[in-house]
Amino acid sequence: MVSFNLLIAVSLAYVAFLFIIAFVAERQAERGKGKWLRSSVVYTLSLSIYCTAWTFYGAVGYAARSGLEFITIYLGPTIVMIGWWWVLRKLVRIGRSQRITSIADLISSRFGKSTELGVIVTLIAVVAATPYIALQLQSVTLSTAVFANSSGQNWGAPELASAAFWVAVGLTLFTVIFGTRNLDANERHNGIVMAIAVEAVVKLFALVAVGVFVVWGVAGGIGPTLDLIDASKIAEWSPPGGRWFGLIFLSGAAFLCLPRMFQVLVVENDDESRLSTASWAFPLYLMVMSLFVVPIAVVGLDLLPDGSNPDLFVLTVPLAEGRSGLAILSFLGGFSSATSMVIVATIALSTMVSNHIVVPIWLSSRAGGAMMSGDVRYAVLTARRLSIGGVLLLGYIYYRLSGGGEALAAIGLISFTGVVQILPSMIGGLYWRGATRWGAAAGLITGFAIWAWTLFLPSFGADEVIPQIVLDQGPFGWAWLRPQALFGFAGLDPVIHAVLWSMLLNSAAFVIGSVLTFPLPLERLQGAQFVDVFEHSTGTRSWTHGGAEAEDLLVMAQRILGSTEAQDIFQREAGRQGKEGYLPDVTPQFVEDLERELAGSVGAATAHAMVGQLVQGASVSVEDLIAVADETAQIMEYSARLEAKSAEQERTARQLQEANEKLTALSIQKDAFLGQISHELRTPMTSIRSFSDILREGGATEEMQARHAGIIHDEAVRLTRLLDDLLDLNVLENGQGTLSRQEGHLRDVIDRAIAASVVGEGAIKIQRKRTEEAISLDTDLDRLTQVFINLIANAQKYCTAADPVLRIVVRKAGGRIAVDFIDNGDGIAKEHQEMIFEKFSRLSDHRKAGGAGLGLAICREIMIRLGGSISYLPGQGGAAFRVILP
Amino acid sequence: MATRVKKPVFLERASYRQRRLQDMARILPVLAAILFVLPLIWKLTGNDGRGTSAVVIYLFAIWSGLIAIAAILSRKLKLDPENGSGKEEG
Repeated sequence: MVSFNLLIAVSLAYVAFLFIIAFVAERQAERGKGKWLRSSVVYTLSLSIYCTAWTFYGAVGYAARSGLEFITIYLGPTIVMIGWWWVLRKLVRIGRSQRITSIADLISSRFGKSTELGVIVTLIAVVAATPYIALQLQSVTLSTAVFANSSGQNWGAPELASAAFWVAVGLTLFTVIFGTRNLDANERHNGIVMAIAVEAVVKLFALVAVGVFVVWGVAGGIGPTLDLIDASKIAEWSPPGGRWFGLIFLSGAAFLCLPRMFQVLVVENDDESRLSTASWAFPLYLMVMSLFVVPIAVVGLDLLPDGSNPDLFVLTVPLAEGRSGLAILSFLGGFSSATSMVIVATIALSTMVSNHIVVPIWLSSRAGGAMMSGDVRYAVLTARRLSIGGVLLLGYIYYRLSGGGEALAAIGLISFTGVVQILPSMIGGLYWRGATRWGAAAGLITGFAIWAWTLFLPSFGADEVIPQIVLDQGPFGWAWLRPQALFGFAGLDPVIHAVLWSMLLNSAAFVIGSVLTFPLPLERLQGAQFVDVFEHSTGTRSWTHGGAEAEDLLVMAQRILGSTEAQDIFQREAGRQGKEGYLPDVTPQFVEDLERELAGSVGAATAHAMVGQLVQGASVSVEDLIAVADETAQIMEYSARLEAKSAEQERTARQLQEANEKLTALSIQKDAFLGQISHELRTPMTSIRSFSDILREGGATEEMQARHAGIIHDEAVRLTRLLDDLLDLNVLENGQGTLSRQEGHLRDVIDRAIAASVVGEGAIKIQRKRTEEAISLDTDLDRLTQVFINLIANAQKYCTAADPVLRIVVRKAGGRIAVDFIDNGDGIAKEHQEMIFEKFSRLSDHRKAGGAGLGLAICREIMIRLGGSISYLPGQGGAAFRVILP
Repeated sequence: MATRVKKPVFLERASYRQRRLQDMARILPVLAAILFVLPLIWKLTGNDGRGTSAVVIYLFAIWSGLIAIAAILSRKLKLDPENGSGKEEG
């Protein structure tokens, strides 16, 4: 007999192994080495979360109870997968082009980015998934109990409950660690996908091993096994036709609608060709999984005493034959099935809960909306982590309340039927442009209500939620509302009865609601983009003009995407428009793209609402749509050719315009500067001349002479400095002079710059993280120090805050080291940001500034010579400069 | 884009083959559904000779066949997203 402690040790070792696998996969992906993580094989294996513990244990139990019917659960998904050209291909394409984060996001996004629909779908999904998660916890505890009992311990309800509790805690931990590393739900969870792929192999191997053992080890070959089947109590082929047909439909539909399947099929998919491979490989996986189910069931029925739980045959048959190694393998298979399903399901559900329920509430609870302070990323991630815990807690509570029902299959089918209520809205939304959000809401609510009344609530048992008398005679004696015989259709199987009525009335409400109502402009736009996704991936814009300031958008984007990523997006767009720096023109296209990026993190509805607050009142109208449609029809042929040209022209024009603006401003400034420089040269000259005249005339006291000579000296120094700067700049610009390369540390350079520039009372406060600065450099360190001194000195001079603070942040941006100097003053107005690096430009006429406006120009020239760059970084709450090191 | 306004009525051999393959990919699930439901008719005809074991063999044979056809199709079908607009109407 297997010692119970050995089993626990093996399980813990297995869990540790999974942690390591996930960790290694994350590391590989971070270093960009994880190409193999994204292969079609891993994708196909990750789909195997369809086969939960319900398959692993439940299918055999199901077969022992009702013969071949279990196989319908795998035939449905097979049909869907080999029919991928119809639905899945479109779903994946839409998921990628609209950056869909979950099935709730899909429905919400399709119907005009509606927050309400997101909430409805999320609620349906959570309610339907809870029993299913409970089922997984139950299967793990039951299978553990089998070993505990066989090694002499006697497990009762308290031990089972505590085992379930610890399993739930462990799963929460794993999912939080590997499932909430990135905010962007569209980014792949490499660690988790890898762990799941490994678990998929383990469970397949375990089930096949048990099957092979049963067929060749116990029954004695294929022929005897078939004889055994014909001799068993499931020999007679007499499926209730309705169930056979209905269950194939149900499982196929659930395959599309289950949040966890949507997660692996669509959200984690990064390449459509994976789908093409999975279209045959996944049915193959399913077939192998179900190959040995019937043999195990009949051998179990034959071998084990009457009354033993057929759901556990996969474990008890090897145990009864004394194969403890096989039994442990089989236990690990069941454990894998349960854990992988729970992990993905909780990730999918927590994304939905956080994006569609928590974040909208959090946003609306804060005045100021999109411009509020605080880090949205942190809030969303926290919401997601809490939701993971919450979902598992719900599952655990359901498990405790239901007391662990006997037949696993029944719970699975109830859950399937619940989640399938999303199907009409989803399919309708994909293929029918006339579907509206009212129709979708009506269908979803109707279907959900009928499911709850006819299947979910009665499943707790008579008199638990619904009294027996209501089951028999209907509420208030209305017989046509009897939960299991709606409209007098008595005698149907309860599941089929529920599927039939909920699907019929759901679809009817959906169609009638859609036909009677009128969609919003945004709905029509989204509808067209979804239904015709293969026709035109980009069509009309949902924003007719960009009424927002680029800087405001950047501030918001930084809070959601993180500063590095947001700055990247803005810089790329600015580059595409032919502009320098971080602030592109706010074109409708750009707002659209940005919104989509944000949608990948917080869902379409929230992203749209946040962008909408900045781009006031610029959303699309019916007239715009019609105008655009007319135009489209007329100029379709031209547009393709013209578009390319006009984009090019636009870019050139923008560049020209920019250059022109710069030139005009420069020439004005140059005139002003010439005046100024003559003035600056004259003032010291005048005083030098007059004081030297006084000295020459003589007669002054010793003390006076010394004072006059001092003034002459100071003025001469000022002159020299001015001329030095001019000369320096000239040398740099003409590429003369040599660089003296040295090796050194960034930290020392910054130390030196601070020591040289921060002196005296009321000096600016410097905040820095010395640990980040431990970077070795090989460049002209003196020149670099000069740049840093200049920036620090500028911050000292111009920072207007009462308590000036300068933050020096070192970070990696695009593979290079960037040093940001950020102060807490007023910053630089947008219209001046372009000019500050030009020669002779000075924003204020502060005489106290002292310089001639050459400092930043010199800095720029130095950085260009060194092979780096310096730029102004907008949207940081003060003046901010970014130095990118060579 | 421009191809959508004037769509060619007749295609070259290679594109023609692609269209028919797509037709195949669309028909396959329908065929699968019919074949999977077929055993129900055996029962209706009252053929008692076939028990569970016969149905098991039948289903797994059909299943393997479908997987094989799907595998061949997935190799031959092109997922070219550039020409996505052209191949929608087969």
